[in-house]
Amino acid sequence: MLKKRIIPCLDVKDGRVVKGINFVNLKDAGDPVEQAKIYDKGGADEICFLDITASSDNRKILLDKVSETAKSCFVPLTVGGGISSIEDIKSLLLAGADKVSINTAAVKDHNFIKESSIRFGSQCIVIAIDAKKIGNNKWEIFTHGGRNSTGIDAIEYAKIAEKNGAGEILLTSVDKDGTKTGYDLELTRAIASSVSIPVIASGGVGNLDHLYEGFNTGLASAVLAASIFHYGEYSIIDAKNYLIKKGIPIRI
Amino acid sequence: MYVSIVDYGTGNLNSVSKALEAAATKINKKINIRISNKPKDILDSDKIILPGQGSYRQCALGVKNISGLWDSLNEFVLIKKKPIFGICVGMQLFSDQGFEEEVTKGFGWIKGSVKRIKLNNKDLKLPHMGWNEVNIVKKNELFLDIKNLSHFYFVHSYGFEAENINDVVCTTDYEKSVVAALLKENIFGTQFHPEKSQENGIKLLSNFLNWNL
Repeated sequence: MLKKRIIPCLDVKDGRVVKGINFVNLKDAGDPVEQAKIYDKGGADEICFLDITASSDNRKILLDKVSETAKSCFVPLTVGGGISSIEDIKSLLLAGADKVSINTAAVKDHNFIKESSIRFGSQCIVIAIDAKKIGNNKWEIFTHGGRNSTGIDAIEYAKIAEKNGAGEILLTSVDKDGTKTGYDLELTRAIASSVSIPVIASGGVGNLDHLYEGFNTGLASAVLAASIFHYGEYSIIDAKNYLIKKGIPIRI
Repeated sequence: MYVSIVDYGTGNLNSVSKALEAAATKINKKINIRISNKPKDILDSDKIILPGQGSYRQCALGVKNISGLWDSLNEFVLIKKKPIFGICVGMQLFSDQGFEEEVTKGFGWIKGSVKRIKLNNKDLKLPHMGWNEVNIVKKNELFLDIKNLSHFYFVHSYGFEAENINDVVCTTDYEKSVVAALLKENIFGTQFHPEKSQENGIKLLSNFLNWNL
């Protein structure tokens, strides 16, 4: 049986791990390579790096970190943040990333999803959607860390992403991110029910029950969390044991 | 021992190379890993890994577009009869043909076709992505000391439909039985990614390095 996945995410800025509350107030807490190794040994099903480095000058640092991580971690590594060209994807994959998560560039140009999935294969193209609730069962895509509205409906966009060859959707609730009050389950369920590609729930995890709800109510194929693992509140194994007890199929 | 990873412009070869290094270290074996697309390197090798990511058609064209590569792989496998390990689409290329995008001919080393996985259950997603249990349906050297129903990492939407059931050594369940590993004489391949499957994957690669025909 295919297992549900737990994906710890590391927000990386200038080669260092940070995690913010609603994308601001960043705290520095370590080297991403060391953190990734801990997660790999701890039983993470995949690892995700989200690069929030503003300046493109510092991109080289990220590539080095990705390459170092790939040397010692034998689980899939997804890298996202600031990817805007085929060249960006190529250099990340060559450095050792297995998948890339594309956000703003795909929103701006839906064709970019098609181009990149034809070039590199759907399996490595993750489309990151930052969505904000704007009404009853209605969510809008936001870009630039949740600052810019786009007027694009999240469900419609998810369908376009699938049609254009996305292999997976990384869905973050802008409202919930950093709040520790749980995923936006309605949003997750709405998107997961609208597409046939896997959906990763993200944004808002504060405890292990939130992960459970992401699978159970949100119908996610995978759950992503940052701070609850990162600050040692829970280990990956704690999360896995909890979910297994609740009847979710999980790899041990 | 020279192990070549065939480089025909597909995906992340570094992770295969790193995993292979880890596999060699684990069994104290000294190996030289080459990432190459030169027919001479292929024919000189003791063992070959044929990776593959993306579509069947793009991968087949990728190999065919490099002068002499397709023929040298045929010679390595069919005439020299040396060990090859195909990963994901690399394994799929062992088939007669693939139906992704349009019908494309494969190497035809293992009878069968590669077709899109059909699912009735609307809750199941495609790609079949993530960790699934592997049933070892035929005991073999490659899976030595790997427990039955161990987890390996899969990501694919197309599956190998083998004509001869004897070529299938492992399956996985995704609504129905899906081919997870094929073995025919010197030809071995997995649908899953050993290089992304932590300890089980490294163990499998170690077994491949130890494999004597």
